[in-house]
Amino acid sequence: MTTTTQDPEVRRLEESARRIRVEIIRAVNEAKAGHLGGPLSAADMLAALYFRVMRIRPEEPGWPDRDRFVLSKGHSSIGLYAALALRGYFPLGELATFDQAGTRLQGHPDMTRLPGLDMSTGSLGMGISAGLGIALGARLTGRSDVRTYVMLGDGECQEGEVWEAAMVAARYGLDTLIAIVDHNKLQQYGWAGDGPDGRLPPEAPGELVAKWAAFGWRVLEVDGHDMASVVDVLERAREGDGRPTVVISHTVKGKGVSFMEGHYYWHTRALTADEFATAMADLGEPVAATNGGAR
Amino acid sequence: MTLPLGRAMREVFGETVAELADTDPRIVMLDADVGSSTRADIFEHRHPDRYLQMGIAEQNMLGVAAGLATVGLIPFVSTFVAFAVVRPLDQIRVLIAQTGLNVKITPGYAGIFTGLTGKTHLIVDDVSIMRAMPGMVTVCPADDIEAAQALRWCASYQGPAYIRLVRDATQRLFDGSYAFEFGRAVVVREGRDVTLISTGTQTPRVVDAAELLAAQGIEAHVLHVPTIKPLDVPAIVAAADRTGCVVTVEEHTIIGGLGGAVAEALSEHRPTLVKRLGMQDVFGESASNAALLELYGLSAARVSEQVAAICRTRGKEAAAQS
Repeated sequence: MTTTTQDPEVRRLEESARRIRVEIIRAVNEAKAGHLGGPLSAADMLAALYFRVMRIRPEEPGWPDRDRFVLSKGHSSIGLYAALALRGYFPLGELATFDQAGTRLQGHPDMTRLPGLDMSTGSLGMGISAGLGIALGARLTGRSDVRTYVMLGDGECQEGEVWEAAMVAARYGLDTLIAIVDHNKLQQYGWAGDGPDGRLPPEAPGELVAKWAAFGWRVLEVDGHDMASVVDVLERAREGDGRPTVVISHTVKGKGVSFMEGHYYWHTRALTADEFATAMADLGEPVAATNGGAR
Repeated sequence: MTLPLGRAMREVFGETVAELADTDPRIVMLDADVGSSTRADIFEHRHPDRYLQMGIAEQNMLGVAAGLATVGLIPFVSTFVAFAVVRPLDQIRVLIAQTGLNVKITPGYAGIFTGLTGKTHLIVDDVSIMRAMPGMVTVCPADDIEAAQALRWCASYQGPAYIRLVRDATQRLFDGSYAFEFGRAVVVREGRDVTLISTGTQTPRVVDAAELLAAQGIEAHVLHVPTIKPLDVPAIVAAADRTGCVVTVEEHTIIGGLGGAVAEALSEHRPTLVKRLGMQDVFGESASNAALLELYGLSAARVSEQVAAICRTRGKEAAAQS
């Protein structure tokens, strides 16, 4: 999002990412609680997928030949909801209902409530299995153009199920399955140690690349906040080579909000009024002191 | 006279799902490396392209099934009950029950008939667990005839379903004229002295037990409940009304399964004495089927002894009150 490119398409996508971040902050502020660090780190990737790369029809969420997206790191739901709303799946104003009674925007994605969600998630490690099933099913039913994207957290890769799915996907040579690991180097709490705020990252440097490669996956790496590179890597990932693909997206937890970046304790937290104002200003959307952040 | 043996339920399973797939291209079979035991291999031989080996990775398998269902396929998930229910329970909860996706959980090797395997493979709380899960229908067929019909039914049912299947040849309760009806219990013997309510492959042994009781002058009314959820409450109330004394019998823990379901229903609709026979809050162990049935009081002879004792106690109580 800090790119100074003149490419209008890249600038368009960067603006989409910025608006996703703004809506994340607004919605979590209105809900008085919610996940922030993970949705913010994933915002650029979500913008690239929903505003450029994925073949979708927001006006026809159930289009059988659409690309699929599974948010395996379901706790980042508000980032996905913001992308869906901005893309026209539902009215932007509905984001204010996030996590409230009766909402379609559940704390973790519920496909039975909101059209446009390709799977319910929230219990970590499961989305990659469901995505594998979707990709396998698309192949079995002759929809070979369908691509299935699954976004995982790096902490989530501690779940054993992820590696069960990785093993099976490679067995089937499922090159229409594209996993994206939002590698923001922080999990909710993690192990104590010599890292930021006294916590260790979920994996050692290079560990994720080595593991996915060992499981037979094509591994691509990208700076997950460099929009031109993100688009490029996602376009390359669409072209299969007989192996499933994983994009290791190097990101910063809390990206875009100065006081959140790189701090594990902003995984989920309520904002004070001052913090909200600072966050919105950081995102280029300053709020007047009196309006409380209303849209 | 005891009921004769039918065909092995696992073979009927493999054949029936393979036959369904002959005419329904949406049906796929998922296996976790035990297809040669569960007889999912029968499906593989007939429909190799739709037989999806998932390896020894059951949590992923249930998740894959959910994904397959979203593109309109009808996945049948097959492994041993222990590894299809409790190991991937969270995947069932989140990806299948909460979504209502059209996944059929149809494992073999239910209960204590697991072929000399012992505690890990015997599972006696699966019915309690599955019936407690919102949206999960739970069916326990009595024999090969009913198993085939329940499998055919579940292929046409839209939504998640759990069909509890057994490994071995078990006694045949029904003949070719039987028609399984989802959600309906069926009276398999008329009697006036005591009501026996059973499910799954325990029902034929309960029918045999009823014959042993008849020889002692006790006429048992026997209700077979293949669908544990949704429960056929009117049939259970009617069966209880016949005698005023109910004994549930299940090859399963007495906590939360058939016995629990019947006690819940009757306490709300027709308070009645309910005695529960089955696994008395214990895990299983290795032994032959016959030895295990004796050990846990589930053979026809042991059931009849326990029911006769219940009737004697009840008769003394009634005499004391009059």
